[in-house]
Amino acid sequence: MKQRKFTPFMFLLPGCIILGAFIFYPMIQAIWLSFTDYNMIQQDPNFVGTANYQELFADPLFWKVLGQTLLYLVIVVPALVFLPIFLAILVNQQLRGITFFRSIYYLPVVTSMVVVGIAWKWMYADQGVLNYLLESLGIISEPVHWLTSTSTSLFAIMAVTIWKGLGYYMVIYLAGLQAIPSDLYEAADIDGASKWRQIIHITIPLLMPSIMIVTIMSSISAMKVFEEIYVMTQGGPLNSSMTLVYYIYNEAFESLEMGFASAAGVILFIVTLMFSIVNIAFMNKREQAMKG
Amino acid sequence: MNQNSEALRQETESNRPVPKPSRVTTTSSRKEPHKKPKPAARKVVKTTLSYLTLLIVSVIMVGPFLWLLATSLKSGSENIFAYPPQFIPENPTLANFGAVLEYFPFFTYLFNSTVVAILTVGANLLFCSLAAYPLARMNFRGKSLVFILIISTMMIPFQLLMIPIYILALDLGLQNTYLGLVLPHATTAFGIFLMRQAFLTIPYELDESARMDGANAFQIWWRILMPLVKPSLVTLAIFTFMMAWGDFLWPLIILNDQSMYTLPLGVQSLQGNFSSNWRYIAAGSIISVLPIIIIFSILQRYFIAGAMKGAVKG
Repeated sequence: MKQRKFTPFMFLLPGCIILGAFIFYPMIQAIWLSFTDYNMIQQDPNFVGTANYQELFADPLFWKVLGQTLLYLVIVVPALVFLPIFLAILVNQQLRGITFFRSIYYLPVVTSMVVVGIAWKWMYADQGVLNYLLESLGIISEPVHWLTSTSTSLFAIMAVTIWKGLGYYMVIYLAGLQAIPSDLYEAADIDGASKWRQIIHITIPLLMPSIMIVTIMSSISAMKVFEEIYVMTQGGPLNSSMTLVYYIYNEAFESLEMGFASAAGVILFIVTLMFSIVNIAFMNKREQAMKG
Repeated sequence: MNQNSEALRQETESNRPVPKPSRVTTTSSRKEPHKKPKPAARKVVKTTLSYLTLLIVSVIMVGPFLWLLATSLKSGSENIFAYPPQFIPENPTLANFGAVLEYFPFFTYLFNSTVVAILTVGANLLFCSLAAYPLARMNFRGKSLVFILIISTMMIPFQLLMIPIYILALDLGLQNTYLGLVLPHATTAFGIFLMRQAFLTIPYELDESARMDGANAFQIWWRILMPLVKPSLVTLAIFTFMMAWGDFLWPLIILNDQSMYTLPLGVQSLQGNFSSNWRYIAAGSIISVLPIIIIFSILQRYFIAGAMKGAVKG
């Protein structure tokens, strides 16, 4: 029996209408808006050519924010690529109650960023637990103003992003670890390789697919960091913790400069596109590997 | 934080040998001759070290939440800014919870979050598996183009789209509505991709024999295929639920009516309403995480398995 010609499209229709209306159409409109002076007050957008982009590139805050976003990436991504490997090795042991520990480590992942941000804001308080612990360990001699000092605010927020992401990437690595055949380690044991050498020469190379996935995922999400900043510092003090998405949000929904904000959004898109292209290429490779 | 991570790493390295017992059990007979017999005492030390490391990491992962909980239980007479910090409340009290519930419409927010999460999950399960069916099991002109277009939407950051979507939502009168919260996330390319993968694994003979029996495409999809891809539906449901439940940016933009707030926005508003009353902020935050903690503790198996399967998500 032959299917009717329009049958496939009946199935595709609802999903495609949504993707069209809420991704493709807005995508085109965002690019168009970036060449206009649209703000919410005057209704009609006027075409202004590349004026928004010129203004953006002339704005010292844009460069500061872009630099801070890249700094975010450079610190958060390596931390989220490597720390969860050790966490995964830790919870991959056959011990009584290990699933309980896995769940505990996953807890920050399921908790909303708003509550995580509040909890950490309280940890970071001048008279808070963190300052107390560091002081009693002799690491600092006086309380650090973690979130209210321009030199520490961005790093304090990075630590929260890392802390919240650990459990998620740990689980991805756990899946990877469980796919490594155990005879490899047994052979290494017989050859007398130390545990550290086994990690370097067996675990890390065989985890490479997972490491790739985690690198790409954490890069893309680090580029888009917003919530932790909104909850903990609102980009302050003196914009020292502002990143690109926060900048876009501010321009669009606080200053209502929709056209200008769209130009900044297009820049964000171009940067994340570079990571995504690698992602898609990698996924296709994986899919083919699974078929073959 | 760095200090802790460093400590954690060293600990982890020092007791890595422990996974061995599991392997020994599977291949013990072959392996025994090569190994020096291990004194039981050494094994005990290693297990103890493992548990110690696991506990230290646990303290790092739940410590901030426990500190928030301790603060929420402190009575009005206790100084919450005491230095050194008082980890155990002197006179634990639930008064802060009672007080915060008077100003903090927790049940309204919980209801809104629940409605939005259920509608988003339902829409994704339905639309994604509908769209995935022809992409996995039918041949038609333009199939690969459609698939590439769908997958390409994964590359577009929502933060670029939020401005036009906001304008569109205002035009459609979706501000402060459930529909406005749900529609932009009602179908995801990730969901279509995941369901397509699931449909691809099912033997075609099943479709054929159903078609012989006179079933149409819709019946094959609903009666034959959908029951067979339940594990993937669960994965998709959990992924979508997490996304919808924790979403902050889009509700922040599209809602300005407090009575429509979802839990994350409601909790954020605590910070404004009780500017420095940390007892109330802590109590409100703790109340707001209870639902997800309960759901997680019941379904944790699926959460973690889902995250493992969803590793391909971009």
